[in-house]
Amino acid sequence: MRALVAMSGGVDSSVAAALMIEAGYDVVGVTLKQWVGAGGEMPTAGCCTVSDAEDARRVAAQLDIPYYVLDYVDEFTAAVVEPFGAAYLAGRTPNPCIECNRKVRFSALLERTAELDADVLVTGHHARISYDDAGWHLLRAVDGTKDQSYVLHMLGQEELSRIRLPVGEMTKVEVRERAAAMGLRTASKPDSQDICFVASGDYRDFLAQQLPETALPGPVVDTGGTILGEHDGITGFTIGQRRGLGIAVGEARYVVDVQPDERRVVVGTYDEMLAHGCVVSGLSFVSGTPPDDPNVSVKVRYRTSAIAASLHPVGERWTVRFGERQPAPAPGQAAVFYDGDRVLGGGTIEEVIRE
Amino acid sequence: MRTENLVATARIEADLDPMLYLDHAATTPMRPEVGEAMAPYLDGRFGNPSGIHATARRAKNSIEEARERIATTIGATNPLEIVFTGGGTEADNLAVIGAAIGTGGGAVTTAVEHPAVLESARFLSRIGSDVSIVPVDGEGRVAPDAVANTVDRGTAVVSVMTANNETGVIQPVAEVARLVRSANDRALVHTDAVQAFGSLAVSADPDGPDLISVSAHKIGGPQGVGFLFVRDGAKLEPVIHGGGQELGRRSGTHNVAAIVGLAVAVESAVAGRSVYREQVGAARDRFELDLRSGVNVEVTADAADRLVSHAHLRFPGIPAETLLVRLDFAGVAAAAGAACHSGAIQESHVLAAMGVGSTEASESIRFSFGRDDDAATGAEAARIVSGVVEDLS
Repeated sequence: MRALVAMSGGVDSSVAAALMIEAGYDVVGVTLKQWVGAGGEMPTAGCCTVSDAEDARRVAAQLDIPYYVLDYVDEFTAAVVEPFGAAYLAGRTPNPCIECNRKVRFSALLERTAELDADVLVTGHHARISYDDAGWHLLRAVDGTKDQSYVLHMLGQEELSRIRLPVGEMTKVEVRERAAAMGLRTASKPDSQDICFVASGDYRDFLAQQLPETALPGPVVDTGGTILGEHDGITGFTIGQRRGLGIAVGEARYVVDVQPDERRVVVGTYDEMLAHGCVVSGLSFVSGTPPDDPNVSVKVRYRTSAIAASLHPVGERWTVRFGERQPAPAPGQAAVFYDGDRVLGGGTIEEVIRE
Repeated sequence: MRTENLVATARIEADLDPMLYLDHAATTPMRPEVGEAMAPYLDGRFGNPSGIHATARRAKNSIEEARERIATTIGATNPLEIVFTGGGTEADNLAVIGAAIGTGGGAVTTAVEHPAVLESARFLSRIGSDVSIVPVDGEGRVAPDAVANTVDRGTAVVSVMTANNETGVIQPVAEVARLVRSANDRALVHTDAVQAFGSLAVSADPDGPDLISVSAHKIGGPQGVGFLFVRDGAKLEPVIHGGGQELGRRSGTHNVAAIVGLAVAVESAVAGRSVYREQVGAARDRFELDLRSGVNVEVTADAADRLVSHAHLRFPGIPAETLLVRLDFAGVAAAAGAACHSGAIQESHVLAAMGVGSTEASESIRFSFGRDDDAATGAEAARIVSGVVEDLS
């Protein structure tokens, strides 16, 4: 059995490769070249840089496995970077990791896995995959603080049957301990936080460079339409945001809406910002079919707890009703449905429901 | 779990040499006689040739003997026409940049040169020199009159490679030199003979190029050393500045062991050229013949004269990236395009210049045979490659 391990140069995928060797696989390491600077080289700052690829290569040499850098620049640009800019222009808050997983890692690279005569694709994601009579399941990671099941919700039965996520069974501390015990050079390498193609660390600088129209000023208004101030580009605003609004009023204000056509940012009170639910498009379900019970828990952003909600199919788009009013989710992010630790599926948030 | 230290890892890698190494154009193993000649200098026989004492004199004598042997081998009239460099890229930089800056003129070159020449030309362009890039035909050949027509009174250097490193296509360098001289007899003619030296007659013929780049590791010498033939009277501005070694044309303490190895490699390569052409040509021809009879394959620049070592092939519908990895699994080492720093495959400027579309280019692979290969190697290679290609088709 051959395993293709996507190695980012971080500790999780390094240990994933080592664990697959222990499990008896012929392991092959690959790093995806996803983004290039103006000179056509991999970036030197941010994540997924030349030095990350070098770390991956050195770990592969230490583990005595073949290692290759595969070129996915065209796929990544079309599937992730261009939609990223387009989403911000449309007043949305995209999640590039989800689009990368959906269209590059677990589609293009999964196809490549078969072409390279490998049986499974392995990544260092913190999530678990299990199998029983009902089929393949995607579960939250053992380490709740590192759980990445949210960004993997689009995986279905066919994908899960060919993916392995060995570090999802370990806490991050255990992963680092294993790496240190094996003498892997990435054992104490810090976790990457940045969007991999944004070298400066500030996505607004990136957008201003790629799409200058994202840096055009516009009005900040209240829910009644009164102008409270001016902003220097709608891309700095996400629904629910409180800080950095650039207005001075007594009570705390939150972003209630971003209106790209007028380049308008609407702010309101906490109460005005709260939402009853959201409309979700592009749904997929891990089992292949929607859950029988419409009552689920839902996560509407990466770094929050799941909340109680109910699902209501309305044609192609589904309505998600929260059990109680919640800080409004941002269109462009994913709504991911859970039954306890089990991911049921998810989709992209299109609209906020406030009535 | 294999977590040995680096020394142990290196030993393991040495044991894992590919069964079939078909990437000799990238680098080829050192000849045994080269290693033997170098060994004393790596083990005790030290010395900086620039000193005045006996130890220095011994080292100096070694590099001057190497210089004389190389000069004799390539037919140079004066040993001082041989300038030792840190490899082919450095020789190309010294030739192109050194000649242009040395006489304050522009450069003319072709679209299919090695990056060592093309990037040197781009550097000249950035600092304000006139640079012209002459296109090639669909087979990758440059027309000598097109080169000559691009030359004007301000041209300081014309650089046309002897044979292309990717496709193996041979350029009409002698004809280029003749026509360039009739257009501007002060312009220096340079050829990058790095890829061709092992199989084609490359000499310091008075009618041929004034500047010739050669690299040791492509002909069975060590990596990191080469030479530039510089015809007497050719004025070059150095690109490496310092203590004035090599008559000021290339500063830096000499790499004595490598220079000794270079001289032996040059002699052996030249002595072995006719056998090389016959034997390696048989390997390549058999490889292409067997592949054509078994799988869907196109030979790049089929109508052009090519180096006998090179088989640049396209397998329609199969991405080179996938095929190279699958061949590596099967123990076959081959190459595609140019590898960038990260190791990913970059699009080939050579194929683009030949008008090959980007999809076709991304399905192209270079196999290159070496001096120990023969028709049997070619047949074995074709058998393994056909198997992998069929599996991917």
